[in-house]
Amino acid sequence: MSRKEYVLFDRDTKAFVYGYQTNAIQRMLDFDYVCKREAPSISAIINPNRAGIHKAFWGTKEILLPMYKTIFAAAKAYPEADVMVNFASYRSAFETTMEALQEKTLRTVAVIAEGVPERQSRVMSATAREMGKVIIGPATVGGMAAGAFRIGNTAGTIENIIASKLYRPGCVGFVSKSGGMLNEAFNIISRNSNGVYEGVAIGGDRYPGSTMLDHILRYEQNPKIKMIACLGELGGEDEYRIIQALQEGKITKPLVAWVTGTCSSVLPASVQFGHAGAKADTQKETAQAKNEAFREAGAYVPTSFDDYGDKVRQVYEMLKTEGVIQEFVEPEAPKIPADYSKALASGDIRKPTTFICTVSDDSGEEVLYAGKRLSDVLEEKMGIGGVIGLLWFKKELPDYAAQFIELVLQIVADHGPAVSGAHNAIVASCAGKDLISSLCSGLLTIGPRFGGAIDDAAREFKQARETGKTPEQFVNDMKKKGINIPGIGHMIKSVKNPDKRVQLLIQYARKNFPSTDLLNYALQVEQLTTAKKGNLILNVDGCIGILFLDLMSSCGSFSKAEIDEIVRLGYLNGLFALGRSIGLIGHILDQKRLGARLYRHPTDDIAYMMPSAEEIQCKR
Amino acid sequence: MAQRGIREYDAKRLLAKYLPEYLNEFSYKGDLALVGPETDPEELASANPWLKTERLVVKPDQLFGKRGKHGLVLLDANWEGAKKYLKENIGVEVVVGGAAGRLTHFLVEPFIPHNEEFYVAISSDYDGDNIFFSPEGGICVEENWDKVVRIHVDVLAGIAAVDIKSKLPRSLADRSLAVEKFIRALYQFYAATGFSYLEINPFTFHNGAIVPLDMVAKLDDAEEYWQRKRWEGLIFPEPFGRILTKEELFIKDLDSKTGASLKLTILNPKGRVWTMVAGGGASVIYADTICDLGFAGEMANYGEYSGDPNTEETYYYTKTILDLMTREKDPEGKVLLIGGAIANFTDVARTFRGVVMALEEYQQKLQAAGVKIYVRRGGPNFEQGLKLMRELGKRLGVPIEVYGPETHMTRIVPLALGGAWQ
Repeated sequence: MSRKEYVLFDRDTKAFVYGYQTNAIQRMLDFDYVCKREAPSISAIINPNRAGIHKAFWGTKEILLPMYKTIFAAAKAYPEADVMVNFASYRSAFETTMEALQEKTLRTVAVIAEGVPERQSRVMSATAREMGKVIIGPATVGGMAAGAFRIGNTAGTIENIIASKLYRPGCVGFVSKSGGMLNEAFNIISRNSNGVYEGVAIGGDRYPGSTMLDHILRYEQNPKIKMIACLGELGGEDEYRIIQALQEGKITKPLVAWVTGTCSSVLPASVQFGHAGAKADTQKETAQAKNEAFREAGAYVPTSFDDYGDKVRQVYEMLKTEGVIQEFVEPEAPKIPADYSKALASGDIRKPTTFICTVSDDSGEEVLYAGKRLSDVLEEKMGIGGVIGLLWFKKELPDYAAQFIELVLQIVADHGPAVSGAHNAIVASCAGKDLISSLCSGLLTIGPRFGGAIDDAAREFKQARETGKTPEQFVNDMKKKGINIPGIGHMIKSVKNPDKRVQLLIQYARKNFPSTDLLNYALQVEQLTTAKKGNLILNVDGCIGILFLDLMSSCGSFSKAEIDEIVRLGYLNGLFALGRSIGLIGHILDQKRLGARLYRHPTDDIAYMMPSAEEIQCKR
Repeated sequence: MAQRGIREYDAKRLLAKYLPEYLNEFSYKGDLALVGPETDPEELASANPWLKTERLVVKPDQLFGKRGKHGLVLLDANWEGAKKYLKENIGVEVVVGGAAGRLTHFLVEPFIPHNEEFYVAISSDYDGDNIFFSPEGGICVEENWDKVVRIHVDVLAGIAAVDIKSKLPRSLADRSLAVEKFIRALYQFYAATGFSYLEINPFTFHNGAIVPLDMVAKLDDAEEYWQRKRWEGLIFPEPFGRILTKEELFIKDLDSKTGASLKLTILNPKGRVWTMVAGGGASVIYADTICDLGFAGEMANYGEYSGDPNTEETYYYTKTILDLMTREKDPEGKVLLIGGAIANFTDVARTFRGVVMALEEYQQKLQAAGVKIYVRRGGPNFEQGLKLMRELGKRLGVPIEVYGPETHMTRIVPLALGGAWQ
């Protein structure tokens, strides 16, 4: 690339960003985009922790930036990059910068870190000079060439870029020590002239890698820059090098200069200003002395920072009158793609949501269960039953109802290894599957024949009761349809050998529920069925389903429509699935602890009955 | 981060401990005792038995020079005499170089009778370091500056390539080799120990060996991370006459715990003009403007916050300033300037949230003290930040004027200072 010596950045400049600074990276790309650059200014990111890719916006589209672990690898892959924006911390700024200087293809390194030791800064600076390279910083935000390239966060938000017209070049070359003042100066200059061509902040340290004079001399050589502005600071002698260059005629373009820190003469000598270098050790280093020397050397020096802008305007108008600066045709301001989150926050845009959630909310400081803060749930000791009330039914249930749920969960938690769910979970676990897979394998058996009777029983009994059927009519109807009544019947238990679990549930309900209307109905049904056969008792599934209906219709928290919906959507099987998960996990862990091997069902337990050759033949 | 002075005690301690790494024959033992207001002389003497056997020198060790000229040095005393002198002088207020302060720390070391006085100093500049040497050191070195030789050391080439010998005056005669070796080692020690300034004036030869008599040094405090071993136990005292207030110490502590920058210097606690300015560069310009308008005497503080501090940090920073400025009432009222340039990356809304929290907390005190607030700021999320301030103004019952980047950065200073005392 044939870039002139005095040009550090142009519209083709390619850079590396050292350090995974996603905000700064996006800001650089946004700037490139509003400047209508053809390609992004970042070739690659160097992230010592991870190689790979980084996804970023290019306008409204997304692009991928490569990420390398070392400067060497990045430089090898992208020899066209000649700038490195170094976000390394003060601890590693020196070694990374020195490493970058060793890469032939890298010419400019901007060092952002604050707190780099003076000796390290001087070594970096001297090394760069010896090699004909340029360091900007340390302790700076960097700089930018308007309409071409920006270093990291320089000039802040995209709105500010637009406000200070930094998306296109003006004719003023600016340099300051302070990075914070750089952006302010862009603003002042854009209000009083056609704006900056290039601006650099060399950093507030005592020994910056490049001096204000270095950049002023570049501006002097650049024919597109018509006037120069600089903002110095008390302390150090950098300004005197500029003054000397002025006196020697090395700076011919008009120079607007101001040195801040005029207050130091009236403040105690021991005040250390914000910048490390901002301390006048001698009378010569004071702001007053420097401003006076600038004035004497022929610079345009305002009376205070307040009229810095006026001086810029005065010189700009003068150059226009002289014809040095042509009338400027302002290009159209680019459109900026608004950041989604910002536009949303300001109420400028809206977006239809794709799904709705009405049970919990994690968007605030603390997660909410049905609108109730989790810490309140815990403080009020709502328990598992209370939490189920909130998350399943969106209701604060009375204590006896929450306790009933917990009772149900305890009852259904396990029923030994032989039932479908546990058996399946055990077989899966023995096959070496993980906990979750094995649990799912067990849960998948829950349905119409296993554990699913709670819902069915609730539905059938509810319907019979609501349609005004007597127990006799109900039993006869079901018999006619040839359907076993769900919730009735047990393999082993019978009238003479009652199910203790059912007894406990009934006891609890009778004691606590305002009414057990459907239960009473179901017990009448049971009397009819057990008269036919001793084991046709109300079983535990049926009892749970029926009592839950009694609970809902009598506790006052549920409307009829809500109850219908709960039955229709099959909430109640959830109780079985949730409770039984406890047991299934127990069985799976048990098998894992035992180191159980792959289960294979014994062949002598299988009746092998193959179809005959004739049977499988095609009959047509 | 900057160059900061250290005590002669620490400078000599470092020299005694680490110079031998570069100069085998350097035999200076570093018999040094630092006496502070809390020091028990008997404990000190049992830790440093030489105090009771040697003739002694006692001198203040508080980062100021010309101690002899101010008559603050006790020479050739015994331990009893030294103790008496210390007792009489610790806590005494003196004025040195325009700064008034109390004597709190003294260095006690063996008295070395001598008739030769040499001067050596090393300072840093942009492209390297400069070594200054004179065979005629002591208090008259400045008057005899033409006798001082300057040896430049390039920052990259280092001392190895420098011909010291030919630059030393012939008058040194048989001392020449020892001085050359000493200077070479001293430079290596200077460069490797984080110094940014070092002066030994004078040093002398005692029983054939070099002994430093008076020493002044500054360290580059940014080297702390690399020098943590050599600098162990070292502290940076405040300049003479400067005692940090509780509030300054609090902000200093806050600053040391964050990647952001928080600075506070109280200039005049009774002043009516208080500032809370973002940015090292902008804060100086606000101070300039206040002084330009003739309010230097009313400027209560200098400070800055920058580097994207979080809400909590700006809350504590603001609270500290509000607490200070509302302690005393002034019949003419007070002004708080919340200023700053257009930030590059500091989130204005986030920093202002902390400021607003503190202002709300101090609502009544601000009202009672008749405070007027002026805000000017730009940068990321500034619209939101300024809106926070405007809304606060409506409910706080304290006048707040809010400006953005369309208003010149320091415009609020004449607005505030004109308005408050017209």
